[in-house]
Amino acid sequence: MAEVDYRIKIAGFGGQGVLLLGEVLAEAGLEAGYEVSWLPAYGPEMRSGTSNCQVRISSAPIDSPLVSRPDVLIAMNEPSLRKFLPAVAPDALVLYNGASIPEDCARAGVRIFAHPFTEIAGESPKAANMAMLGAFLEITGALEPEPVAAALRKLVKNLRWLDLDLAALQRGQEALRPVPALFPPPSFRQ
Amino acid sequence: MAKQLAKGNEAAVKAAVAAGCRAFYGYPITPASEIADAAAVYFPAAGGVFLQAESEVAAINMVYGAAATGVRVMSASSGPGISLMQEGFSYLAGAELPCVVVDVMRGGPGLGNILPEQGDYHQVVKGGGHGNYRTLVLAPDSVQEMADFTALAFDLADEYRNPVVVLADGSIGQMMEPVQFPAPRPVRAAPPWAVTGERATRHNLITSIHLEAEDLEGHLRSLEAKYRRAEQREVRAESWRIEDAEIILVGYGIVGRILKAVVGQGRHHGLALGLLRPITLYPFPKARLRALAARAQAFVVVELSNGQMVEDVRLAVEGRRPVEFLGRMGGSLPSAEEVLAFVEEEVFSHA
Repeated sequence: MAEVDYRIKIAGFGGQGVLLLGEVLAEAGLEAGYEVSWLPAYGPEMRSGTSNCQVRISSAPIDSPLVSRPDVLIAMNEPSLRKFLPAVAPDALVLYNGASIPEDCARAGVRIFAHPFTEIAGESPKAANMAMLGAFLEITGALEPEPVAAALRKLVKNLRWLDLDLAALQRGQEALRPVPALFPPPSFRQ
Repeated sequence: MAKQLAKGNEAAVKAAVAAGCRAFYGYPITPASEIADAAAVYFPAAGGVFLQAESEVAAINMVYGAAATGVRVMSASSGPGISLMQEGFSYLAGAELPCVVVDVMRGGPGLGNILPEQGDYHQVVKGGGHGNYRTLVLAPDSVQEMADFTALAFDLADEYRNPVVVLADGSIGQMMEPVQFPAPRPVRAAPPWAVTGERATRHNLITSIHLEAEDLEGHLRSLEAKYRRAEQREVRAESWRIEDAEIILVGYGIVGRILKAVVGQGRHHGLALGLLRPITLYPFPKARLRALAARAQAFVVVELSNGQMVEDVRLAVEGRRPVEFLGRMGGSLPSAEEVLAFVEEEVFSHA
């Protein structure tokens, strides 16, 4: 088991499956033997129409489940990117659901990967969350495929949805190939 | 059994069933609703009773009735509902009936909001009902402790024949973490004081009325003796890196978790920080704080409130050291960076 400490913020519109994406990460992290925590949108930011959750996956015991300075931001829409980008760590990894990075959102040191994940997801735009999960896994290698699939099977009971989600996960991974080298490595790889 | 990912609210219910509780009466309220949700599934499945009452007033009186028959019983709510239950707490304490109530605090006063706060410390820890009584109060800081302390609460309630409150907040109730649930315990037999409807218990009387002055004073002195016994035996607190700490951070529940991160970050910057996290809010870890006051330079209390537990810290420290306070209200949780900046500004810059 690798020495890691991921502090992940996932944000988007209500209905985009932000909470489920976080839950799959936490469940898969637990399955893989890590310490995990999942804290749902439970702050004033809920009111602006965005939903978010904070996930930690760590090889060491987790002190605080709060992620105030994310080193991974998964932004499922532009308001979420604009809202949380200022708080990310200096060498953070940002996944953005959009064809390109809004011009004024570039930040030195922060690696932003912008892709139209809603289209990449394929058959259902509602599976964009899983496409982004696939991309995150492809870039970081944070978790092996087995615990992720096991987590999805546990959390998505509807078999039609499970198939759509697994397909979107796969397409999200493929969209990021070949994975660009991250140098220097982000701080979550201790 | 392997650890499973669970919400704090769900963990409290599963732990209660494992502790042999088979009766739940309540009325759902955010952010405690998942407790009623889960109880509606797990209590009947274990052969127990789940009943959604018409109000929290009814629910706590159903708890009184069930407790009188000698079964382990629980309820759960949040601020507005806990306020409605206060009369019931007073009667339960007066009649010396054991029960467990989980309070998942939200923003107040009034309807406030549904976000996490710790503004009900005074109400719960000091006793929001009338008369000379206390409730024992346990404050979990994780989903695991939500499970462990709910189970412990039933044992303490039995031991002291008194209501025990598990005092959590919206974030502890809503978050998910891995939990190791305790092995199920058998449902315990009704205690000898209960009124079970059997001939043998016919002469048992459960009441909080004592009309004669001497009678009531005697009853209250025995309650006081019980509370002194709890103060001797049940104080619990977590110490975190305090051996060489110059500044002691004090916070309970979710704040304790944030303060652990603050201690880590502060020590990274060369600041000798430590944490004392009260686990029992009543009885309060007074002696632990008093002992720390002999060598620490200052205390910093952080709460999601206007400053309620800080009063108990100041009483314990007895003016020997400065006690600074940082409070957030309305549902905002302070970041570790914010607390660290406060500590550096308020304490180290004045040292």
